[in-house]
Amino acid sequence: MTTIQKTMKGLWSLIVGLKVTGKEFCRPWITVHYPRQEVTNLDSYRGHIDLVPYPDDSNKPLCIVCRRCEETCPSGCIRIDGHLPGAESGEAARELLLISEVPLPGSKAREPIHAADKTLRVLDGFALNYNFCSLCGLCVQVCPVSSLTFSSDVYLAGASRADFEFDLLRRLRDRAKSPAKLRKAA
Amino acid sequence: MLDKPSFSLNGDYYSSRFSALGKSEGDTLVLNLGPQHPSTHGVLRVIVELDGEYVKRAEPVLGYVHRMHEKMGEVKTYVQYLPNMGRVDYLHALAWNWAYVGAVEKLMGLEVPERAEYIRVITCELNRISSHLLWWGAYVLDLGGFTPILYAFDDREMLMDILQIPTGSRLTYCYYRFGGVSADLSETFLIRTRGFIERFKTRIPMYQDLVTGNMILRGRCEDIGALPVEMARRYGATGPVLRGSGVAYDVRRFEPYSVYDKFDFDVPVGKNGDAMDRYDVRMAELTQSVRIIEQALDAIPDGPFINPDLPDRFLPPKGEVYYAVEGARGKIGVYLLSDGSARPYRLKLRAPGYSNLHVFAELAQGTILADAVSILGSLDLVIPEIDR
Amino acid sequence: MTQLLQLLTNPLVYLLVALVAILTFIALNGLILVYVERKVAGFIQRRPGPFEVGPHGLLQPLADALKLVGKQLVMPRGADRILYWAAPLLSFAPVAVCLLPIPFGPHLVGLNVNLGLLLVLAFSGLNVLALCLAGWGSNNKYALLGAARAVAQSVAYEIPLLLSVLAVAFTCRSLNFTEITASQTTRGLLSWNVFSQPLAFLIFFVSALAETNRAPFDLPEAESELTAGFHTEYSGMGFGLFFLAEYSYMIVVCAVASVLFLGGWSGPFLPGHWWMLGKIYTLILIMMWFRWTYPRVRFDQLLNVCWKWLIPLSLINLIGTALMINLVR
Repeated sequence: MTTIQKTMKGLWSLIVGLKVTGKEFCRPWITVHYPRQEVTNLDSYRGHIDLVPYPDDSNKPLCIVCRRCEETCPSGCIRIDGHLPGAESGEAARELLLISEVPLPGSKAREPIHAADKTLRVLDGFALNYNFCSLCGLCVQVCPVSSLTFSSDVYLAGASRADFEFDLLRRLRDRAKSPAKLRKAA
Repeated sequence: MLDKPSFSLNGDYYSSRFSALGKSEGDTLVLNLGPQHPSTHGVLRVIVELDGEYVKRAEPVLGYVHRMHEKMGEVKTYVQYLPNMGRVDYLHALAWNWAYVGAVEKLMGLEVPERAEYIRVITCELNRISSHLLWWGAYVLDLGGFTPILYAFDDREMLMDILQIPTGSRLTYCYYRFGGVSADLSETFLIRTRGFIERFKTRIPMYQDLVTGNMILRGRCEDIGALPVEMARRYGATGPVLRGSGVAYDVRRFEPYSVYDKFDFDVPVGKNGDAMDRYDVRMAELTQSVRIIEQALDAIPDGPFINPDLPDRFLPPKGEVYYAVEGARGKIGVYLLSDGSARPYRLKLRAPGYSNLHVFAELAQGTILADAVSILGSLDLVIPEIDR
Repeated sequence: MTQLLQLLTNPLVYLLVALVAILTFIALNGLILVYVERKVAGFIQRRPGPFEVGPHGLLQPLADALKLVGKQLVMPRGADRILYWAAPLLSFAPVAVCLLPIPFGPHLVGLNVNLGLLLVLAFSGLNVLALCLAGWGSNNKYALLGAARAVAQSVAYEIPLLLSVLAVAFTCRSLNFTEITASQTTRGLLSWNVFSQPLAFLIFFVSALAETNRAPFDLPEAESELTAGFHTEYSGMGFGLFFLAEYSYMIVVCAVASVLFLGGWSGPFLPGHWWMLGKIYTLILIMMWFRWTYPRVRFDQLLNVCWKWLIPLSLINLIGTALMINLVR
């Protein structure tokens, strides 16, 4: 008797299952139909990093070439070149520019970099190899002058590795030249 | 030339060793399940010896996604190792984040602000729900039901949208920092989390109707792969696998870390330790996670989200620490040995899946092939975590 | 024109025309059913299903078929050449014969024979042989396991299938599909056999699911256990034929079910063949609904259901029917 009862209960569970899928069948689909629609969660998207310019001079990055980001980056994506003002470009020894050894993200001890210090170094090149980047955001976080930000180009795509080796300084200058064009791309 | 097979019919090292070790009597068939097989979720390889449909012996072969995470810990600085933790177990990345961050905080004696602890609890539990949801869908998929995984992904997608707000990523989160988290929770996050919870409460009964109560599914899970407590202990199984066998061991309850002692939640346990019990435990944990999140959302204090007095130079003292958290798959442990330099001297990751997987070989013995697949699915394995 | 129609009175020509018509029907149906199945799966899973090829993805199955036809025929090393290629053909060929004796309308029948039911059951049994050959011939362990499952499953489920069909044959006192249909037109809807033989209908439908290897009984091709079961090694048109055969057998069993239990072509207002098609497609939709709802049963459970439930029940049903008929007489 219990076997039959159990079987009946089991068969009923099958009908309940059919009811669930039947109900879902009648409801509209929830997937985003990509080329016709776009997803709505792009505002919190984090792409590769970009340089932030001075508010009054969009050609000049805030970067002071402290090279914390270069050191912190777990994947070694970043390579920065800079020189001391007055010296020739590329002349400065890399060691001279080194400020910290192992910076801690979120560290308050950003103060030692004095305002005067900030003007001391001039950025010559900021190479980002996005191929190796794991988007951890540590570089953005260790930056003492908030010179790094995440870009928001969701549809970034490329056909070769070289397409993801960015010169961020050039990107900054391109953006300064034609803000409209880049905004469209982003 | 084509007629001559260019490969050895005895198979590679593992399968030839498997055949040599205790070949059973009679006409048996040695079958490789994986490393590319629909039910091994990634690249696990299981060698089984079949007598008809019955599994005589089974042996998992590991290492197909070994990425040297432990060795990487020795060559990277403490900070640089953070993004690795999102990639050990990509389904419950935040728990691994937490285990590592917690170990370093313990080593350094760093304080974590109250708000940061609550943020960690909320995000980690949300991540646990999404991990359990994926397991649920994948398990039913293993048992041949196609539709549930897509319903699960519906919810999971919302969770990923929510977690994307503070973390910026959708899967391999790198969110926790030593002494806090990398970004505060926004108002949008809180509103959407509450919205998700309300919706999720109506989804759980739907899941019960569609799958849990289903006669066919119960037939595939009940009395399959019963795991005795003694055996679970012998292999060091933790998490829902151990709780399914009736041991109420949950790190959140028994060695409360962070602010977990402030929340009121149950530790669901099973009775027989079969696949159905493991299933039920995980489904009950969904509800418990929702409870924890609700309490945390109500009680979250104001304050900094990261310790404001962090040292600039990050050189931890000499010493060793072990820090364990409860992941979706069990006890996640990080053992750190510091020699006082900028890099850990040794870093050991205790992956719960590794211990849980090895239960399989013994459980699968004498079962039908379809049951072996069911058992494998019920252990909730994430292969990259096992291989590390 | 009239001369051409005259030709049709020749039974051989008629048979030939019917066969061609049925093959066209099967091929068209294959395309339609693939599309319908993917749409049903999509809607149940809250997604659009095929959408890009043609309006609402209508041409998707055609594109798929072209792709399958265009693919190189590959045979694994060590496979038995003859058996390997014979299997898909053997799987597909009997379908045409199975549909021959089924009346799609009052006069729309390929071959009006007295033993139509027997003919269908006999030829649909051939499918097992094809699966067996495919599994054995392709020299693959998964395929072999799938074939073994297919044989055990089909052999077991043929018994309740036959017994339930026999009950209907008792009540209608005929094995001729046309007569069975005609016997259900006397009192409108109520004379459908599904009302006098509900148990037989259920048993038939469950057995039919198992016979056609449809979920939740799709064990021979259980992809989470056996990757793809008996057709693991098949690609291109070899796979295409198995696929087409699977859908064709769905049509066959649903057509038989609608003739035996749902009154075949009988129905008001519309011409008979629309009713017949409507009934077939309703049953097929239910089969699809099952597939996208349930997990797969285990092998021993499958056989348990058959031996412990379906066969005793169908035997009881059969004996009960026989007694009833004798009492009423």
